[in-house]
Amino acid sequence: MRYISIFDIIGPIMIGPSSSHTAGAIRMGLFARKIFGKKPEKVIFKLYNSFAKTGRGHGTDKGILGGILGFDVSDAGIKHSFDFAREQGVDYSFEYLTMDYRHPNSVDIIFLNETGQELMKISANSLGGGEVQISKIDDFSTDIRGDYPVLILVYKDRQGVLSKVSGLIQEQGVNIASLNCERKEKYKEAVMTISLDSILPDETIEEIKKLPDMYLVRNIERLEE
Amino acid sequence: MENIVTFSQLLKVTDRHKKRICEVFCELESHMLEKSREEIRNLALRNLNVMKSSIKDGLKNFGISPSGMSGEDSQKILKRYRNADNLPFNSLIGKILTYSIAISEENQRMGRIVACPTAGSCGILPSVITAYTEEYGFSEEGQIDALITAGVIGKIAAQQMPLAGAVAGCQAECGVASAMAAGAAVDLMRGNNEQVVHAAALALKNVMGLVCDPVAGLVEVPCIKRNGFLAVHAVTASEMALAGVQSFIPPDEVVQAVKQAGVLMSPMLKESSEAGLAVTDTAKQIVKDVLNM
Repeated sequence: MRYISIFDIIGPIMIGPSSSHTAGAIRMGLFARKIFGKKPEKVIFKLYNSFAKTGRGHGTDKGILGGILGFDVSDAGIKHSFDFAREQGVDYSFEYLTMDYRHPNSVDIIFLNETGQELMKISANSLGGGEVQISKIDDFSTDIRGDYPVLILVYKDRQGVLSKVSGLIQEQGVNIASLNCERKEKYKEAVMTISLDSILPDETIEEIKKLPDMYLVRNIERLEE
Repeated sequence: MENIVTFSQLLKVTDRHKKRICEVFCELESHMLEKSREEIRNLALRNLNVMKSSIKDGLKNFGISPSGMSGEDSQKILKRYRNADNLPFNSLIGKILTYSIAISEENQRMGRIVACPTAGSCGILPSVITAYTEEYGFSEEGQIDALITAGVIGKIAAQQMPLAGAVAGCQAECGVASAMAAGAAVDLMRGNNEQVVHAAALALKNVMGLVCDPVAGLVEVPCIKRNGFLAVHAVTASEMALAGVQSFIPPDEVVQAVKQAGVLMSPMLKESSEAGLAVTDTAKQIVKDVLNM
């Protein structure tokens, strides 16, 4: 069993009122922003189930948008994230949906360009106590929780990618905690997520980016508590 | 160093080393988190300071919440207890009541708080430590000790059951918070380790079975006022323990009983807002209003 610290009990320092509906929402937004990689021009949030029903009262909407803008769970600015989004020129909208097969506290975050073309879709669940899970990137299933530094790759499926990537990681002496690969069909787009014991240096990321047909490379730090 | 899982183990270790609970845990946390003892105490101090800011923010930012259910109760109590002469509660209890509700109101309005153990129960522990300090003049070091002691109580409970209303009801949130605050109060008043643990057990066992039935799923009714009730409840438990009263059922058995009550509790009464206060006629009207907000 993981050691439960007194600071797991007295903490985190967070913006209220709810660890799952507010702190969790902020962390989902923050994580999605890191995966998308930059400030979006336009973003649509589809809130599901309990998020849709009680989200406004819990500030789930302000929290998730605040996360997208880069606020962390203890930033008092979260309350005013609608205003900050307008100031920063981020166009946003919310949809409220009920779907039985979805997790009770879940969201789809859809990033678009100015003309409304979809660039990336991230699905996430708030698991309770502020813990979050990225469950899908575009149409690929993932299970990323931010508890480890993570390397996310989207690339054209071909032989030898895994061994090249793991070789580059090994050169740095970084230990792999877990690894997941998924592809749509042979030689089409594929996603690889690798949880690591420590974050990779920029040189390694540059090497990975040079591999053929790498569409997206993200090297993301562990999410702060 | 080995982890400490139960209250009886905690008392054995503290007895063996002739140390206070906070001293033993400063060492254990330092070992487990790979930080120096000073860093551990600084982390506790950082949390303590945020707790105090949330009291100040809560007293300053009053106003009715968007749902219309809460927002001005700490102000009402503050006014009544501005002068506690000839009132049934003294200034200490008046402050505890005011501060606990002020923090919970601030939590509702998206202010910054320290979850302890959860956001819904965040007013209880800070109000007790702060009011005792203002009335008795405890040092910063003494307050850090009390905070660590409270954390130990919550940690031992959390090792037996998840501290989430959705899993074990409000007994696991405000109930455990009250047990933590009771232990902190005993520690501040220089009670011994056994008294700390018994104060926690007394507080916890007397809210066993407390359900989580929030109106419209929001952290407002009954959560905010409950923080006030259970903060004062912590003082009752601590005073009994300091007088030498013990929980007849040993503390670890109390935790097991609370855990069992949590398992037996209907899921409709565990944060799903499908029963209890959440389905009263008044609550149903609030649900409609909130959805149209």
